[in-house]
Amino acid sequence: MTDVQLEQFRKDTRAWLEENCPASMRSTFTSEDEIVWGGKKAKFANPDSKLWLDRMAERGWTAPTWPKEYGGGGLSKEENLILQSELKRINARQPLYSFGLWMLGPVLLEYANEDQKKRHLPPVIRGEIRWCQGYSEPGAGSDLAGLQTKCEDKGDHWLINGQKIWTSYANYADWCFCLVRTDTSVKHEGISFILIDMTSPGVETRPIKLISGASPFCETFFTDVKVPKENMVGRLNGGWEIAKRLLQYERSNISGFGSGARTDVVDIAKQNVGLDEDGRLDDRDLRARIAEHKMFERAYALTAQRAAEEAKAGGNVSHITSMFKVAGATLNIERCELMVEAAGSRAFGWAGEGYSPDELAVTRGWLRSKGNSIEGGTTEVNLNVVAKRVLGLRDTQ
Amino acid sequence: MTFTLSEEQTLLKDSARDFCREQAPVTRFRKMRDDKKNGRDPELWAEMAAMGWAGILVPEDFGGAGLGYVGLGLVLEQAGRTLVASPLHSTALVGASALLLGGSDAQKQEWLPKIAAGEITVALAVDESAHHAPAKSKLKVAGGKISGAKKFVADGHIADLLLVVGGDGLYLVKADAPGVTKRELITVDSRGAADIDFDNAPTEKLNGGAKLVEQVLDRAAIGLAAEMLGQAQEAFEITNEYLKTRKQFGQYIGSFQALQHRAAKMFTEIELTRSCILAALDALDRNADDVSEYASLAKARASDMLHVVSNEFVQMHGGIGMTDAHDAGLYMKRARVAEALYGGATYHRDRYATLLGF
Repeated sequence: MTDVQLEQFRKDTRAWLEENCPASMRSTFTSEDEIVWGGKKAKFANPDSKLWLDRMAERGWTAPTWPKEYGGGGLSKEENLILQSELKRINARQPLYSFGLWMLGPVLLEYANEDQKKRHLPPVIRGEIRWCQGYSEPGAGSDLAGLQTKCEDKGDHWLINGQKIWTSYANYADWCFCLVRTDTSVKHEGISFILIDMTSPGVETRPIKLISGASPFCETFFTDVKVPKENMVGRLNGGWEIAKRLLQYERSNISGFGSGARTDVVDIAKQNVGLDEDGRLDDRDLRARIAEHKMFERAYALTAQRAAEEAKAGGNVSHITSMFKVAGATLNIERCELMVEAAGSRAFGWAGEGYSPDELAVTRGWLRSKGNSIEGGTTEVNLNVVAKRVLGLRDTQ
Repeated sequence: MTFTLSEEQTLLKDSARDFCREQAPVTRFRKMRDDKKNGRDPELWAEMAAMGWAGILVPEDFGGAGLGYVGLGLVLEQAGRTLVASPLHSTALVGASALLLGGSDAQKQEWLPKIAAGEITVALAVDESAHHAPAKSKLKVAGGKISGAKKFVADGHIADLLLVVGGDGLYLVKADAPGVTKRELITVDSRGAADIDFDNAPTEKLNGGAKLVEQVLDRAAIGLAAEMLGQAQEAFEITNEYLKTRKQFGQYIGSFQALQHRAAKMFTEIELTRSCILAALDALDRNADDVSEYASLAKARASDMLHVVSNEFVQMHGGIGMTDAHDAGLYMKRARVAEALYGGATYHRDRYATLLGF
């Protein structure tokens, strides 16, 4: 595409966004309730959220680079960069948060057959179906390939029995993309990737309350669940390759996590520690550690930008996804710890009116951040991936 | 901002890599040290100047190539890989940029062509105590005469022209001028340095005052960080190779998770730091407003990163890493000097916090 055409695309995009992005959608989220996850049980805290989602989905711009034939935007990388910069320019909210968009869709595009793509991609793009991920099991967390949930061939259907854990938002999901064991005689080669309708008889979910007081995760039980034959993606026993690819998408997502809290650690420190007559934080050690953290934050952002540019130039950067997952989790956990330290006793509230919503968010964000180095592959597992795939170090024999 | 190299920059980087590997490998550094040359290898510097590196920053009008800071940074990085002992940093980067930023037409005309041709070398005299503290300069200047004492001037023992940092600006002093006394230092990194006293030595002030001092120190810090990145990259690659070939307890030591995780963390730190240094060089070429922030970011992270990588270079090599025959020690010794020069991590973190307003 020529520069002239791209410039025209920018002009058209800007005009369309001006006209179609509601004013209330041009601001940062103020609470998690305002985030739109879609699905049959979708909640819209603001009617404009629904309008904004529908308008963006109509153009396929919830999935800008997916092919048009499945309802995507069909944009080139260059056009998508322009779209993203125009969205950023007006501080537009992301119209849809979705595991279907971030994790399932990309692997369906790569591994699914035509019928599966036609059936499952458009509802994801429109935010009509919400997906959850059935990966971890009580006995198979970091050692994901040790999973036991059984999937038997019953001729005209699959029969599934077992338990999944850490299924994020399973209680709100319509469908689940799931790893199941189809051959018990081998480990990695006996796993298949299957799509399960959460309304199927025999599916049950229970929320798990975390130390932060929230319940983003569930336990999910499958008892004699019948799944149609056409719901297996890829070949029988070929699920591990799909699973790994999907984890790359997941890790690149989690690594980009924000702190959840809106306030900056420097502001919290200024407010609760105070400044000396030279304008320096009145706790030199904390000041130095915050400066070090700010440098880490900057280095991380610059590296993400560099990787994006290298990817755009055709370089393969998928191998450093695990590096970003580790660094992103470390960064967020460090930030949350510093905020709690800087806030002092103002970070020790749990509920009630003695603490501001921002202060409570610091406390809850800190507790939630502890999951960042566990979910989507622990920091230890991701360091193993970097050591083996990037640095070429071997396993013990 | 861009991280994408131009064709010209890529060519420069590749030719620098080849030159350093073939003409200036670590064995050449080792020989210079063993011959007790204390950082002197004038033949090598002449070869580098012939490659055009002394004039990378110098505009074509003054006999240089005008290729910018990113270009020079890439060469410094490659030179860092093999511990090249040369006045590339002090002359091609610091000397050239100080004259470009603060020199009068006459001063530029006098010195820049000589720098570009590799005919003279320059050194930056900053510190007056054992720690980097440019704001505490006690330099006195009156009637075109300069007095004071500078400590640990990198390349000061071989320099023809001295850039002397004062609280209110930057001064040019010819190294052979009356009133200049050099005491050569034999240093742990075998690069040498000098303590220099000025006793009513004739001087010319460059334009730009305290602002120029800051600009030149920022350039010194960024350029040194680029050299440190090269040292770390090389040290890491050698270490990683050793992890793949050295066996203990019947296993390649690189198969042990404790070492794998440390290697993976080093890789991450190097990549994150690389982004900061490239961004800092790019900020210089763009003449950005926030160059100082980038300079402190790049130098602090490079210092911390190289500290770890150079220590692990020794530790992961075990006993052999402690021997003089192995290169690990050379990298660690150079690392400590580079970490501290033009401000260590502590200094630059403090500065970064101030620049960010807290």
